[in-house]
Amino acid sequence: MGVQIDSILPNDQRLRSRYDNFIGGDWKAPTEGRYFTDNSPINGTKLCELAKSTAADIELALDAAHKARDAWGRTAPAERARLLNKIADRIDENLELLAHVETIDNGKPIRETRAADIPLAADHFRYFAACIRAEEGTLAELDDDTVAYHFKEPLGVVGQIIPWNFPFLMAAWKIAPALAAGNCVIIKPASDTPFSLAVFMDLIADILPPGVLNVVTGSGAEVGRALAANPRIAKIAFTGETTTGRQIMQYAAETIIPMTLELGGKSPNIFMADVMDREDAFLDKALEGFTLFAFNKGEVCTCPSRALIHESIFDRFMEKAVARVEAIKMGHPLDPATMMGAQASRGQLEKILGYIDVGRQEGAQLATGGERAHLGGDLENGFYVRPTVFVGHNKMRIFQEEIFGPVLSVTTFRTLEEAIAIGNDTLYGLGAGVWSRDGTTAYRVGREIKAGRVWTNCYHLYPAHAAFGGYKQSGFGRETHKMILDHYQQTKNLLVSYSPKALGFF
Amino acid sequence: MIERVRITSAAAEVLRGLVARHGPVLLHQSGGCCEGSAPMCFRKGEFRIGGSDVLLGEVEDCPVYISAAQFEAWASSEITIDLIEEGGGDSFSLEAADGVRFATRSRVFTADELPEVRPVVRPVVG
Repeated sequence: MGVQIDSILPNDQRLRSRYDNFIGGDWKAPTEGRYFTDNSPINGTKLCELAKSTAADIELALDAAHKARDAWGRTAPAERARLLNKIADRIDENLELLAHVETIDNGKPIRETRAADIPLAADHFRYFAACIRAEEGTLAELDDDTVAYHFKEPLGVVGQIIPWNFPFLMAAWKIAPALAAGNCVIIKPASDTPFSLAVFMDLIADILPPGVLNVVTGSGAEVGRALAANPRIAKIAFTGETTTGRQIMQYAAETIIPMTLELGGKSPNIFMADVMDREDAFLDKALEGFTLFAFNKGEVCTCPSRALIHESIFDRFMEKAVARVEAIKMGHPLDPATMMGAQASRGQLEKILGYIDVGRQEGAQLATGGERAHLGGDLENGFYVRPTVFVGHNKMRIFQEEIFGPVLSVTTFRTLEEAIAIGNDTLYGLGAGVWSRDGTTAYRVGREIKAGRVWTNCYHLYPAHAAFGGYKQSGFGRETHKMILDHYQQTKNLLVSYSPKALGFF
Repeated sequence: MIERVRITSAAAEVLRGLVARHGPVLLHQSGGCCEGSAPMCFRKGEFRIGGSDVLLGEVEDCPVYISAAQFEAWASSEITIDLIEEGGGDSFSLEAADGVRFATRSRVFTADELPEVRPVVRPVVG
């Protein structure tokens, strides 16, 4: 099965066996001197140790960030942009290493980290470097003597908590705009996947002034809480699940700070009847679009985990679509031919298998998959799940809950109105997909779906300069677009009178 | 009366330990990405329960809540709070700091059981 890989951990002098916290421009041992181990989900290999930090370490990071805050906020946009571009170049120069690290830490296939996660991260730094160069305030001439100037000012020190499904890319999504806008950052990576961010800090340590970007590792319950509830942050950004999203909003209510939240989805992928009108490249693309629920093992907030198929094409379409799913090559994530790797943790594996069981209990029909995959050899104990397709109805739990695994729930619709109604019958509104050869149909469906991103005749593209964020319980705020800069800036209005005359009131 | 929520002995032991260390706690069934679908354990008083939640039941004297909107899909499910001891994941949930994770396992009630299942309670918010 696939290539033989003796050791997943590369012998590379750019890697350390132990990482402290990156605070004030250097590595600082955690106050209590404790560390935790980061293992690979591929086969359990120990990758490195990282600081098991406490609230005291968050305070140290905050000290460093506040010390750096004023100078960084005053640094010319051109200079901030130059440094962000330099970071992007450094990512490019180390693409192979970062892709490798990301793959062994998360379990995602290297064909994805090489072509998507790492290059997209570099591009995000370039994009926000460009945005901040081009940004300008406004002025309004209210009358001949009175002018309102609007300046954009950084918030100061911001906190960011990122998930484990795209550890490096999600870090880039959050770090790049915050730094571009002139903020200092304290970021906490997920404890299952902190490796790439730690490696990255070594790679860019010489680029940013000390204290501008600080990384503190440790558990959400301890470090995440100490950061999110801290009165010394001016904003908190979080990607994760809904209960913790609520908890973070409650902390923010106490300190009265803004937040951006991205909390997941249950995205519908809608296939209109005309998709099957011809056997051509478009149909092939649509079938791949159906199969993209297995992208990143389904561990994507926007996973197209509900497929809605017009009833007139259901049998013919499903025959081809299931065959496409069954052609997914599972294997060692470091094998460039592997399309789907291991789930990120045992917890993930068990949750996904639990949902597959719920689907069966609720009476959904299994079209393919439905079990753990045992790949044998070194991968026997890896957390692999066969790509799974159920057919059922939208009230079933497998249609309503985010499984965060390679499990697709398929149902049918008769009319455009019914497709929209089913598509919107969810607590979430992050992503959606619409597939049609008719532009008007695709447009109408896209406008009616209550989701922040409607991929139209495509799916799972994440370019900078296309806004990403949720409706409904998927959260709020828009990332990957220059508008996120507004979430990291204050508006200062100088209201200036050039008239010598008193108002005349007193 | 059939309870909606159960707990395994391994999870109960961890839960009791958390209460001993942190004081009274509650469990709130999460949704959404990453650790979504896991029961999150927070200190009582730190996580605010609101009118949008329902009380599913209690385990080890700890109340277990879920948002009312999410409950619509969960009304027919018995849930068991279990413990995953390896590969804990990351979370704000209190037990995660010790490298273990609570997890929810589900069983769909049979048609015969459903009329006997304990009704959920909407908390009084004031």
